[in-house]
Amino acid sequence: MELLIDIVLLAILGIIAVAILWTRHLFVATMLSGAYSLTSAALLVALDAVDVAFTEAAVGAGISTVLMLGTLTLTRRREKATNRRVSIGPLLLVIVTGALLIYGTVDMPAFGDPNAPALLHVVPEYLAGTRDDIQIPNIVTAILASYRGFDTLGETAVIFTAGVGVLLLLGRRREEDEEAGTRRPEREA
Amino acid sequence: MRHHLVLRVVSKLLIPFIILYGLYVQFHGDFSPGGGFQAGVIVAAAIILYALIFGTERAKQVFKPQALMVLAPVGVMIFALVGYYAMAMGGAYLDYDWLAGDDTTGQHIGIITVEFGVGLTVTAVMTLIFLAYAGRTHEIDDDDW
Repeated sequence: MELLIDIVLLAILGIIAVAILWTRHLFVATMLSGAYSLTSAALLVALDAVDVAFTEAAVGAGISTVLMLGTLTLTRRREKATNRRVSIGPLLLVIVTGALLIYGTVDMPAFGDPNAPALLHVVPEYLAGTRDDIQIPNIVTAILASYRGFDTLGETAVIFTAGVGVLLLLGRRREEDEEAGTRRPEREA
Repeated sequence: MRHHLVLRVVSKLLIPFIILYGLYVQFHGDFSPGGGFQAGVIVAAAIILYALIFGTERAKQVFKPQALMVLAPVGVMIFALVGYYAMAMGGAYLDYDWLAGDDTTGQHIGIITVEFGVGLTVTAVMTLIFLAYAGRTHEIDDDDW
């Protein structure tokens, strides 16, 4: 049953991806990419990664789709018409790269294999420590916030820096204009 | 979107519950899936929904960008200060064992405080990025899509 759900969800992902490539209407492409994220979130729920699914649904399907729509209002809604002939070189390159990536997965341990190398290094220590020392049921939180607290501090700083960067580029100028009561003409590149 | 009555009513009903769910994900992160980052994006999504339905200007009055600009670094600082506090109590940086009398309580306090800092920063930054983008877009008619 789970296999069936996985196959259906992956098929939907494939169909949406082809549709995004196919459409020339950028609004349709944006909404489809939101649908792609939502389907990915469903797939992550099927993989028991509910917290990642939260993030995918909120950021991928929600916030980034809205940001893309905001961008669309500044640009045009239709892709410029280009001729769609198949170029052999890039196609070959993509096929070879894809085949290599799939070949690379052959060596990987099966999904959820308890003897996978990644699960034998520090994971047993974390599992035992979370049970005995930290005593909270959610091991992911224990690892992220406590064992890997330094990494998470770095990630939070990265998010903060990203926000500062966007505000420096987009935020400030508008406010100055509003304070001055006049709006300078938009400097479009 | 002034004339979309259904959207306005439904989102008015939904937004408090989305924020409540975000708080649940935030403070129940020790016991169920979730944590600061997930909670932050959920709350930010609720604020963005509010801004989409009721307009950016009104959203800026409720969630003031100046306040959000303060909250974003405060979240990172809460996280960093927990680390220094653990150092001051005699442990290593971010070693929550030293935050309280016994190790387990210390870990609980450390994790919940640190996650709160993450949630604060993520909510503020996500909302600020959206408001920065939305400030540049001009109003367009529904028919234009």
